Amino acid sequence: MTKYTDQGKQDTRSGYGAGMTELGRTNPNVVALCADLVGSLKIETFIAENPDRFFQVGIAEANMMGIAAGLTIGGKIPFASTFANFATGRVYDQIRQSIAYSDKNVKICASHAGLTLGEDGATHQILEDIGLMKMLPGMTVINPCDFNQTKAATIAIAEHHGPVYLRFGRPKVANFTPAEQKFEIGKALLLNEGSDVTIIATGHLVWQALLACENLENQGISAEVINIHTIKPLDEKAIIDSAKKTGCVVTAEEHNYLGGLGESVARTLAQNHPTPQEFIATKDTFGESGTPEQLMEKYGLNNKAIEEAVLKVLKRK
Amino acid sequence: MPLLLEALQSYKMSDLKELEDLVVQVRRDIVRMVHKVNSGHPGGSLGCTEFFVALYNEVMELKADFEMDGIGEDVFFLSNGHISPVFYSVLARRGYFPVEELNTFRLIDSRLQGHPTTHEGLPGVRVASGSLGQGMSVAIGAALAKKLNGDDHLVYSLHGDGELQEGQNWEAIMYAAGNKVDNLIATIDRNGQQIDGATEEVLPLGDVAEKFRVFGWDVLEIEDGNNLQQVIDGLAEAKKRTGNGKPVCIVMTTMMGNGVDFMMHTHAWHGKAPNDEQLAVALEQNEETLGDY
Repeated sequence: MTKYTDQGKQDTRSGYGAGMTELGRTNPNVVALCADLVGSLKIETFIAENPDRFFQVGIAEANMMGIAAGLTIGGKIPFASTFANFATGRVYDQIRQSIAYSDKNVKICASHAGLTLGEDGATHQILEDIGLMKMLPGMTVINPCDFNQTKAATIAIAEHHGPVYLRFGRPKVANFTPAEQKFEIGKALLLNEGSDVTIIATGHLVWQALLACENLENQGISAEVINIHTIKPLDEKAIIDSAKKTGCVVTAEEHNYLGGLGESVARTLAQNHPTPQEFIATKDTFGESGTPEQLMEKYGLNNKAIEEAVLKVLKRK
Repeated sequence: MPLLLEALQSYKMSDLKELEDLVVQVRRDIVRMVHKVNSGHPGGSLGCTEFFVALYNEVMELKADFEMDGIGEDVFFLSNGHISPVFYSVLARRGYFPVEELNTFRLIDSRLQGHPTTHEGLPGVRVASGSLGQGMSVAIGAALAKKLNGDDHLVYSLHGDGELQEGQNWEAIMYAAGNKVDNLIATIDRNGQQIDGATEEVLPLGDVAEKFRVFGWDVLEIEDGNNLQQVIDGLAEAKKRTGNGKPVCIVMTTMMGNGVDFMMHTHAWHGKAPNDEQLAVALEQNEETLGDY
């Protein structure tokens, strides 16, 4: 299989911070907002270099989303950031009316998504955010897989007009995509060509899918691996083409199987090329405290779980 | 006849009588709009007619053509979007779109949705509103953008008093004072009524002006928000107070349903349309001045 090398573990939120640093230097219309989580969102450099373009709103996320919407009216490109839970569920109606329905050019940037924020537990571990955001008409939903891709995505969304939900995480994970990459919104990335099964992964699960692919190869199973960094708009052609080739699919995401990537893939295939599919995702449950690795193990979100799902779906072909 | 935007470029009525005529015509528009579709919110619309007429025809500095950015002109945000009839009527009669389009209020395929929206591209509207309590945050954002752009024009907003029960307002009120957003004039329509009854019975607001004051705003009051001269003077005074390190709040006492006697002194007409007989009475009390659409 195609070889990918971990260039050294880094957190995807630092990729966001690095992207913001670059945007601060290159795009004078970019402004940043944060709700009392500057350190967690890694935007200290942007703030130090552009103090007039940063708005600290305090612990008031609803107000933050409204202010971000208002800033666009003067031509600004606001990046409003906080934890994923507080960036979506807590302020759904503000996003719905003042941003999405009003077609405001706001970038909602959400860290600590999914289970892997770890010890803080379920109050902070949102597993519903992809579903909430993808249901909003006009909202673009992006979940990059590593530091480099998160940085590239952060820079790319500034050039895209319209509301965007950019989702990333807390833990340090493998950084394996190229440092210099052009991020194309809505374009699936074929990471490994295979013929027996297609693994379609997003976010932290992409690296796990590659680990699974390697182990499967040792068992004589050829897995195609697709990185879906953009859940909406979904690259349906890439999914359909691969499903036609391999005949079965496993989707993998750090999210509830209700409303996530897996359901978007299932709808696409049901309409175009019905295909057996297994879902690596949480099964309609809240999370809990624990280390990221323990949680991914317990909730079946690692390479081992992907391998088991592949064996299962192969039997359904 | 529709009034063309070009013709209104330098339009500024200084004659109070002309503005009074416009107030009466807007009242007719409001009751006719809601009557036609048997839905909408006439009470709060009628209560704020003088405010809208003064704001758009005497107070705000506006460009001839509508642009979403609002750079180089004053901008306004309606937070309590349900009083869309008065907003639409005043926008149309100010030349933002043909007055005939008022005929399409709340109809299928109309740009005049039940609550204002940018979604259908109606000139004059810069954000959707209707789900309450969000407008002040948006107005603050627009005011911050003006400061970043070095644009010394002002941001105006209007909020219902009942709407202040939404917590997001208080996040915004705290933010605006703490961050010296002094190019913002937020007006509270203190009509004392909401859907379920008097605000002081549903959830008491108490002394609204004092609440804004202790949050750090510069507050002034308009005792009779249905007295056109008082509204003009109050807005002019508010304008003078901008740029001094504090956001400005106007607490404006109005009468819901003002100008139509049976709609006054009650919350019953918050979201109810008049029938044919009631419409006839309302129109009798407000004789045509500038021409019906």
